[in-house]
Amino acid sequence: MLGKLDWSAIPFDQPIPLVAGAVVLVAILAVLIWVVVKGHLPYLWDEWITSVDHKRIGVMYILLASVMLLRGGSDAIMMRIQQAVAYQSQGYLPPEHYNQIFSAHGTIMIFFVAMPFVIGLMNLVVPLQLGVRDVAFPTLNSVGFWLTATGALLVNISLVVGEFARTGWLAFPPLSGLSYSPGVGVDYYAWSLQISGVGTLVAGINLVTTVLKLRTRGMNYLRMPMFCWTTLASNLLIVSAFPILTATLAMLLLDRYLGFHFFTNEAGGNVMMFMNLIWAWGHPEVYILVLPAFGIFSEVVSTFSGKALFGYRSMVLATMAICVVSFMVWLHHFFTMGAGPDVNAIFGIASMIIAIPTGVKIYNWLFTMYGGRIRFATPMLWSVGFMVTFIIGGLTGVLVAVPPADFMLHNSMFLVAHFHNVIIGGVLFGAFAGFEYWFPKAFGFRLDERWGKAAFWFTFTGFYVTFMPLYIAGMLGMTRRLQHYDVAAWRPWMIVAAIGMAVLSIGVICQIMQLVVSIRNREALRDRTGDPWDGRSLEWATSSPPPVFNFAFHPDVRGEDAYWDMKTRAQQQSFEHDVPEYQDIEMPRNSPTGFICAFFASIMGFALIWHIWWMVILGGLGAFATFVVFAWRDHDEYVIPAEEVARIDRINLEERRSLVSMAGAV
Amino acid sequence: MNLLDPQGPVAAANSTILVDSVFIMLVIVVPTIVAILAFAFWFRASNTKARFQPDFVYSGRVEMVVWSIPALTVILLGGVAWIGSHQLDPAAPVPGTGSPVRIQAVSLDWKWLFIYPDQRIATVNTLTVPAGAELNFQLTSSSVMNTFFIPQLGSMIYTMNGMVTRLNLRADNEGKLQGLSAHFSGDGFPDMMFDVNVISPLAFPDWVATTAKSDAVLNEASYKALMQQGIERGRPTYRLEDPRLFDLIATQHIPPGPGPELISAAGRSHSGGHDAR
Repeated sequence: MLGKLDWSAIPFDQPIPLVAGAVVLVAILAVLIWVVVKGHLPYLWDEWITSVDHKRIGVMYILLASVMLLRGGSDAIMMRIQQAVAYQSQGYLPPEHYNQIFSAHGTIMIFFVAMPFVIGLMNLVVPLQLGVRDVAFPTLNSVGFWLTATGALLVNISLVVGEFARTGWLAFPPLSGLSYSPGVGVDYYAWSLQISGVGTLVAGINLVTTVLKLRTRGMNYLRMPMFCWTTLASNLLIVSAFPILTATLAMLLLDRYLGFHFFTNEAGGNVMMFMNLIWAWGHPEVYILVLPAFGIFSEVVSTFSGKALFGYRSMVLATMAICVVSFMVWLHHFFTMGAGPDVNAIFGIASMIIAIPTGVKIYNWLFTMYGGRIRFATPMLWSVGFMVTFIIGGLTGVLVAVPPADFMLHNSMFLVAHFHNVIIGGVLFGAFAGFEYWFPKAFGFRLDERWGKAAFWFTFTGFYVTFMPLYIAGMLGMTRRLQHYDVAAWRPWMIVAAIGMAVLSIGVICQIMQLVVSIRNREALRDRTGDPWDGRSLEWATSSPPPVFNFAFHPDVRGEDAYWDMKTRAQQQSFEHDVPEYQDIEMPRNSPTGFICAFFASIMGFALIWHIWWMVILGGLGAFATFVVFAWRDHDEYVIPAEEVARIDRINLEERRSLVSMAGAV
Repeated sequence: MNLLDPQGPVAAANSTILVDSVFIMLVIVVPTIVAILAFAFWFRASNTKARFQPDFVYSGRVEMVVWSIPALTVILLGGVAWIGSHQLDPAAPVPGTGSPVRIQAVSLDWKWLFIYPDQRIATVNTLTVPAGAELNFQLTSSSVMNTFFIPQLGSMIYTMNGMVTRLNLRADNEGKLQGLSAHFSGDGFPDMMFDVNVISPLAFPDWVATTAKSDAVLNEASYKALMQQGIERGRPTYRLEDPRLFDLIATQHIPPGPGPELISAAGRSHSGGHDAR
């Protein structure tokens, strides 16, 4: 009846996951009860869960990423403590638990923190920057989000029901095959990534289409803000790379479920094929993450320097060059396979070539600052911190692209330090910069600067104290994923790294405090202009938060930095507009399709993991039926009457006029 | 295990390339970081002496320089990578004194087996080699992937079941080194560290003779017992019955090692034997 599932799936003998799981469960129940008792459920359902508004979906993506950041961060803290204490001893985590933790840490941080964070920011901002009212496929967008949430849910269920993969975040066979990982851990890993992978793919299709097909009047390609370009590049990579991941995991699952031999030791299976395929997705993946971050830094550096982006066309070229070349370098993840000198050298050089456009980007940000008037608000601090940190990560990255150097550094703590250097220093700093920068746009009030700056300095310092010692440990021959070790020379560096982790944690606490303090003081921090940073692109042309239809009129774009251009012209001419003629606006209706689809997908995923076949059929049919019902809908749009549009828009215009006239009077 | 304290020509060449590459990059990285901090500081909004140039958004000359600097660096480093990859191909010969020593390494769950087919001996978790001689490694795995790595001798390489990889090394100085697996292979992975004893070429035949007197015999049966999942705390040595044992392993005539058994139907797998703890 319940397949492989029985009471022994609950790890009653392991207090850490049990207590953690219980605490989370109690917290979720408490929130649910609070929501129901306070009568917030209809609001949540109507305004968020069934919302197809790209801004709401973007916020939910970021919320998901933030919650999962705490989960992945807890894993990181446990790992750093384990390696600090497990010198000539077993530490406090047995191998079967430690191995799950580092596997879950990697999986969560990439798939359920970095990905939803950047996709959330792209969702929130890109339609606004393009001057349009929504994304190309609003309901599909909601489906994408909820499927990602399903993946995250399954990973978290594995904490208390069964186990997670103990194979590392890429589950290399044959270790991840049925012979060597007979438990459900790898199944949890693979099914959660299959389901969330579908979500990511539809998000990618949606954003590519949005950028290519929905732009306001005059917004031709070479007038798009840099963030839109990097969004385009990143989502082109999603659309072309994620199917590879899906196919690869499907083959692994066929091996595990139906006795196929794609990647087994026996019967002609080929483990190196898995290596090639997973990295053919895995290397573009890092650019999927970092390109949007590059876009965020471009917006932030330009805004806070009070200048247009230096070398805009060069930046576009560099972005697209990275997009293309990132597909041709995957083999540098396994130079030590013994492929031969020609293959290694070619892939090594191809990998270095990516450093050229990346270097150009750094210099262009540098010259954007040159001759500027730089305001060091929190987003700008993250950006400068990024530039310095990312260069170091780039240096070590090019170093491991040199095959003979990689022969010493592959899989070492040096490599661990390198990719944290670029992912934290690049993606996470970028996500935080974007969060601080666009928060007022999403919620209508700014974030507290003092807590924001404290968060930056603790995170920045904590990063260096944590990861510089790992570089050194790698130079001392320390490999990754060690549950314990006997080499005395490594010990001090592991202790320093654990201290760094504590500093990083203070940074996270400051980030949370910033949110709490800002929500309390939201009236004082209110952004009434819609343009708190003296911005340059169209998202600042509408109110904060924007009305559901974003813009009462489609903006007319006449050059780069569209909104800056409008502001300049408005100053030169009089600020008085002709009284505009408002029109009805059609917007997509809310739809529970995404939520219900993901509900059934969760059931199906869980049932597949535990071999509960009747439930698999139930979940599959449910998800399909949801799709059919949606496909047969009669009405998918509703009309906002012109008077309502006018009313909302006039409030915004009044606020802006009053502020402008106040400034004029002073 | 310091990578910058090489004990053989391969490690020395690897670490030279490593250090040289870092210096080549530092030449542009350091000025760039300094410029970032300097520009960020000088052009701060409160500095009234800094000249505001909002229209400085394009300069052909600057563009040319910013594309050229990383491009030239990459051309230089690309040359290093090309030449280095060929000179330091793991399979390339490493000339040494005396006759080369053939060693067949097999990664087991979770220990290393070193077979000396010419000497007809085998050891577990210790590798004893003569200083100065060329060491020809052939490597495979009994089950999952691992990576064979002696940091101070250089160049690591994967071990894979059903496949043979090649690696040539040389140890120049007598002494004790350490090796490890550099690719995660399961619960006993941290215990896959092994000792490397580099002894004088004169003492090597004596060591071989002593080891050959070992009571334990390595044949198909004892190999199958050895490849069960578990950790080896001791340093057993064997007389080798059949010098073709490695070929039998590499060609899968001896089937791959078994994995763990499940402790419950509910899918929490259990790592072989309590010795994993």
